[in-house]
Amino acid sequence: MSATNISLRLLGNDTGARVFLAAIIVLTVMVPILNVAVPPGSPFHVPTYAVSLFGKYLCFALLALSVDLIWGFCGILSLGHGAFFAIGGYAMGMYLMREIGPRGVYGHPELPDFMVFLNWTELPWFWFGFDMFWFAVAMVVVAPGLLALVFGWLAFRSRVSGVYFSIISQAMTYALMLAFFRNDMGFGGNNGLTDFKDILGFNLQANATRITLFVFSGVALIAAFALCRFIVASKMGRVLIAIRDAEARARFVGYRTDMYKLFVFTVSAVLAGIAGALYVPQVGIINPSEFSPLKSIEIVVWVALGGRGTLYGAVLGAISVNALKSYFTALAPEVWLFLLGGLFVLVTVALPRGLVGLRGQLAWRRADRGAPEPKPAEREPAT
Amino acid sequence: MIDPSEMPSGKLAAGKSILVLDNVSVSFDGFKALNALSFVVMSGEMRAVIGPNGAGKTTMMDVITGKTRPDQGRVVFRDRHDLTRLDEPRIANIGIGRKFQKPTVFEALSVLDNLWMALKADRRIRAMFTFTLSSANRARIDEVLEVTGLTALRNDLAGSLSHGQKQWLEIGMLLVQDPDLLLVDEPVAGMTDAETEATATLLRTISKSHSVVVVEHDMEFVRALDVPVTVLHEGSVLAEGSLDAVQKNDAVIEVYLGR
Repeated sequence: MSATNISLRLLGNDTGARVFLAAIIVLTVMVPILNVAVPPGSPFHVPTYAVSLFGKYLCFALLALSVDLIWGFCGILSLGHGAFFAIGGYAMGMYLMREIGPRGVYGHPELPDFMVFLNWTELPWFWFGFDMFWFAVAMVVVAPGLLALVFGWLAFRSRVSGVYFSIISQAMTYALMLAFFRNDMGFGGNNGLTDFKDILGFNLQANATRITLFVFSGVALIAAFALCRFIVASKMGRVLIAIRDAEARARFVGYRTDMYKLFVFTVSAVLAGIAGALYVPQVGIINPSEFSPLKSIEIVVWVALGGRGTLYGAVLGAISVNALKSYFTALAPEVWLFLLGGLFVLVTVALPRGLVGLRGQLAWRRADRGAPEPKPAEREPAT
Repeated sequence: MIDPSEMPSGKLAAGKSILVLDNVSVSFDGFKALNALSFVVMSGEMRAVIGPNGAGKTTMMDVITGKTRPDQGRVVFRDRHDLTRLDEPRIANIGIGRKFQKPTVFEALSVLDNLWMALKADRRIRAMFTFTLSSANRARIDEVLEVTGLTALRNDLAGSLSHGQKQWLEIGMLLVQDPDLLLVDEPVAGMTDAETEATATLLRTISKSHSVVVVEHDMEFVRALDVPVTVLHEGSVLAEGSLDAVQKNDAVIEVYLGR
């Protein structure tokens, strides 16, 4: 990549992004067709379980996208982004629990099973409204957004940044995990929320529902990608990069950097929440393990592996790591964590710009063999 | 409030004051970086501030731009704003621009983007998505590119510029930011003689339409600027006047020039 085309790239003259967008659109359209229109005997048939699996990958891709927006472009390394994903998931899960209605194991007309089990007699106040789908959808946006707004405001106003921010974001998700593990929090304790029956009256096990959820995940990813592109290609994108590389200088130019960080952090948290809300009905469960710091670190690994600061690199990283994970955890589960660790080391050492940087890296090597060219300007933000 | 015209530095130039430092003190762990520092910069004036290392020059810049809060004293800008109560973005937006000692440009952005970012415009978030470059601003940026000799490099990454070019880009960013008062910290550090001379010419041109405070070590450069000089020592003003006058001042010779 020559030194001149960063601005062009931000302005949209970007083949990588086009190829990526085309691939996601094809995937979103083709998977349902291959599931419904191709008979199960055919090698091209996509079984229903795989539709949901792909749907899950798309949710992870959306989550990775949200992390790349803040980390790749603004240098905010959040090691607690799983928390926003989980909160979005819980908001959706609460709706799905209430949707079960009297069909639970204990048959209580209103209370979810775990509340009956705990001998609760009435619904806690924060469960009100979740019988309405629109309310739950609103909460999917509002709850993670509000948490990000408060947490980000406190952190950025106090000028907590770099590794200190990473540590407190990790502490945040850990604290939430401990809280959600408690039965008396009213979110199902360590079992979380599960045994969902249907969504808006449609059976969650039905083929059509699963395909619809998959398509919604694809559409959400494409829309989020477009939103992130819009943000980074606008003047805002320049300011974010300026903050990433020289925040103090950006302040002296007159930009209220804490407000910019708060804005982009909140947008990112909302995207992560939406990813969580689409994830839960497809996997059928949400529990406090989604808050575990390890999950949040994994997201960062996806982004680093795919290549940060490109948006589509994050998506590529999330999908490829999770596809590998599905494959290896079925084949040899004990090997997976070593493999993931090895991949991370390999990328850090050999591919500092991730998978999407590979092409440029090879081109540079080739050019290097002919006439020595100056090394491409280092774009690594100091986090 | 002290009367600027009563202060020695107030007599160095005619007109209205743009910046008044009134009895400003800053200490770090007991060390007094600024010790009851008072001086005045008049509107439209260019002032050179010199002094040995540790005299408080950079701390003074930090106090004016809101990076450091003084323990006591006031810093009044255009008779209206007490800068000690404002933060960095606010101070930048009311019209004070700062050039750092070490050139700090946004390295991952192109030269053009750097200027674009610094351009005087609405800095609120909602303005970021509707921002377009007016033809007047486009012409302004072209003009600044020309003045700073960066026209041919406009699409290059700022990180790929030479040290001197980065210094000039930073000055260019100040020009498009169009502040009323420019604070320039050692603009010719690391420059060649030819670049130093060109920078002096550039600053003199700028000072026709802006008030400028230049902090500098390089005596030749200060002489080339040909402006009133304030000598700082141990956090307060030691002497003020023309360069020739302060160079003859015994106290100045002892603490600074004589070493």
